[in-house]
Amino acid sequence: MLRAIYDWVDERLDITPLWRDVADHEVPEHVNPAHHFSAFIYCFGGLTFFVVVIQILSGMFLAMYYVPDIINAHASVKFLQNEVAMGAIVRGMHHWGASVAIVMLFLHTLRVFFTGSYKHPREFNWVVGMLIFFVMLGLGFTGYLLPWDNKAYFATKVGVEIAASVPYLGPYIATFLQGGDIVGAQTIARFFALHVFFFPAALLALLGAHFILIRRQGISGPL
Amino acid sequence: MSKKISRRQFLTYTLGSTAGFLGAGMLFPMVRFAVDPALKKGGGGNFIDVNLPLSEVTDKPKSVQFKVHKKDGWYSFDEVLTAWVLRDKGKILALSPVCKHLGCTVSWESNPQFPNTFFCPCHFGRYTKDGTNVPGTPPAKPLDHYETKEANGKLLIGPLMKT
Repeated sequence: MLRAIYDWVDERLDITPLWRDVADHEVPEHVNPAHHFSAFIYCFGGLTFFVVVIQILSGMFLAMYYVPDIINAHASVKFLQNEVAMGAIVRGMHHWGASVAIVMLFLHTLRVFFTGSYKHPREFNWVVGMLIFFVMLGLGFTGYLLPWDNKAYFATKVGVEIAASVPYLGPYIATFLQGGDIVGAQTIARFFALHVFFFPAALLALLGAHFILIRRQGISGPL
Repeated sequence: MSKKISRRQFLTYTLGSTAGFLGAGMLFPMVRFAVDPALKKGGGGNFIDVNLPLSEVTDKPKSVQFKVHKKDGWYSFDEVLTAWVLRDKGKILALSPVCKHLGCTVSWESNPQFPNTFFCPCHFGRYTKDGTNVPGTPPAKPLDHYETKEANGKLLIGPLMKT
């Protein structure tokens, strides 16, 4: 039955070469944990991506209940967490997943660093990876404000003050981040926009570049 | 029973079901979360004292306004509702003023052309005193009515009964 549906679609769209090209490639022995258990360190990049997928999905679902507004933001979070079925789980996935994503990304970076995988010809992919790192930090920073509780508010105040300490440009950056001269109504609106539109779009584009580069250049050789 | 399964098929099934299990574990909470409003039981079983002595409920429909506390997610408010309260063959009726045609508001004898009926100005829908739709006018169903109770000589209005 599934086979028949697949064949019907494939006959018309010719999708087999597409996924073959994505999925069918050699995994060298030195990155395969079945050969050397220590090769699990090569899994961190994939795990980061897996967590990012969870973040995108859980974020989409949270957006069904959340409103980015100073009056209702906290009330809507409280409602979706305590009164909607599985709310604590879905928000928990997003909350803890955010930290797990940063941890996995950091472990992936350490692996790349200590195996020297960033060297020529893969320097550009290191740079793309660093951009991904900063976008992920941006997602973490902007998402932190959205529940609009005390922790969110004061963390953002501190974050904005750090940004304001940049020489010359600081005050402009702070005003841009706040969307005004205080952390308030305009800040939560733009942090929401950054968190759900701008940063995810940038992240997906950069991840695409990251994956194309690794396929073009192949995984770096054994130590 | 001697149907052999190839190594490749076994691996495909095993990997497929593991991936399916993990995917379902991830998606189930999210989907359950999203469909929750459709699975929640409707609230309102409350009867509200509309401050109307039963002696004032007569054969002539009387428009009664009452406040219902509504909870819409994280937002609570008082909704003002109207019911046409009357005594029909000794039984107290509290009719909803929402026309069953397209949801306009009906009133008792608001059109002098049609005495002794509820009249809807939008498409000239009409209902008799007990809320039955007059055949030949747009509405296809009688007016909804609220549940009622009597306590201490006063009228209590409860949840809307949908027909």
